[in-house]
Amino acid sequence: MSGKAQKYWTLFTSTFELSACTFGGGFVIIPLMRRKFVDELHWIEEQEMLDLTAIAQSSPGAIAVNASILVGYHVAGGVGALLTVLGTVIPPLVIISLVSLCYTAVRDNAAVTMIMAGMLAGVGAVICDVVVTMTKGLLALKRALPVVMLVATFAAVRFFGVSIVVIILICGLIGAADTMYLASREKKMRSGADGGSGQKSSLVGEGGGRS
Amino acid sequence: MIYLELFFSFFQIGLLSIGGGYAAMPLIQQQVVDIHPWLTMGQFADIMAIAEMTPGPIAINSATFVGTQVAGFAGAVVATLGCVAPSCVIVMTLAYLYYHFRNLTMVQGILAGLRPAVVAMIASAGLSIVFMAFFGQRTLPADVSGIDLTAAVIFAAGFFCLRKWKPHPIAVMAGSGLAGLILYSIL
Repeated sequence: MSGKAQKYWTLFTSTFELSACTFGGGFVIIPLMRRKFVDELHWIEEQEMLDLTAIAQSSPGAIAVNASILVGYHVAGGVGALLTVLGTVIPPLVIISLVSLCYTAVRDNAAVTMIMAGMLAGVGAVICDVVVTMTKGLLALKRALPVVMLVATFAAVRFFGVSIVVIILICGLIGAADTMYLASREKKMRSGADGGSGQKSSLVGEGGGRS
Repeated sequence: MIYLELFFSFFQIGLLSIGGGYAAMPLIQQQVVDIHPWLTMGQFADIMAIAEMTPGPIAINSATFVGTQVAGFAGAVVATLGCVAPSCVIVMTLAYLYYHFRNLTMVQGILAGLRPAVVAMIASAGLSIVFMAFFGQRTLPADVSGIDLTAAVIFAAGFFCLRKWKPHPIAVMAGSGLAGLILYSIL
């Protein structure tokens, strides 16, 4: 198989495999994709995964489908995106087609209920694990702003039911304002007496390094 | 033409649901129960229960289920296509823009501002799932004595393993399902 065909095949099988395992809502796809595309295949960077999550989340449609499109597009363009959509859609399509033949039996099956109850707890653990890892990444920036934003957004979503669209808009604006503030401060420092190595820290952090 | 109707109903669901499966539920109900006589309210409740039990996005699961009920397997395929078509167009456009402009300082700043929000939203969704597993509801109940201790033990064990040995998340989910089957049967 040529390199390109190999890449297409890996994209399709990876998303197929992940989609077949996304129990408990779209967010499970994030830790699964991180593991597959960041840790195993190294096709996506850690920070990039967070950006893709933000885009997937704030676009219409299922998060798992949106995230697949982003990954597929990044790795292999439009063809890649179509392949990952197929890989994401086929497992639920087949499973539900089969289940719909006998759905009352599945719904009322005690063993299925027990397995699902256990899996839900496991999914909770998987998501909490990725949240801890991501929060550590934010804390490593050693700036107050991301931490304040993390807490404020959590409260807004959890306790006040603020819409995701509003949150994305506000946080994007804060990010833009912060960039301007840092740029102007850097300018001032550079024009200052000693010039030298100005404090060049930003929200983007050391993990930036993108090409 | 039933296929076109299926396609456009699920196209609307795909286009208008922002923020994941639970936001899509009322839209799906509106399309398949209220506007079109495709499902009864009882069937709709069943499909929501099944969608939670099976892998895959809720919107795709219900598209397949409704499509099959209304027009067989071809119906399922058409409804699913309708559901993902808006995502394909919109997200691919955003992907193009992201990879074109992400090196600009300002775009990097905006994306950096979104990161804490993403973590917070995943945290909130995770908390909902944990409460669902422990108490059967998405929020913390006033009385926590009704906690499902088996689920709590499975959660704690899974979380500990993930932090300590970094196993594959799918292995943890499968193990939790097996633990659920064994523990709930013997308790």
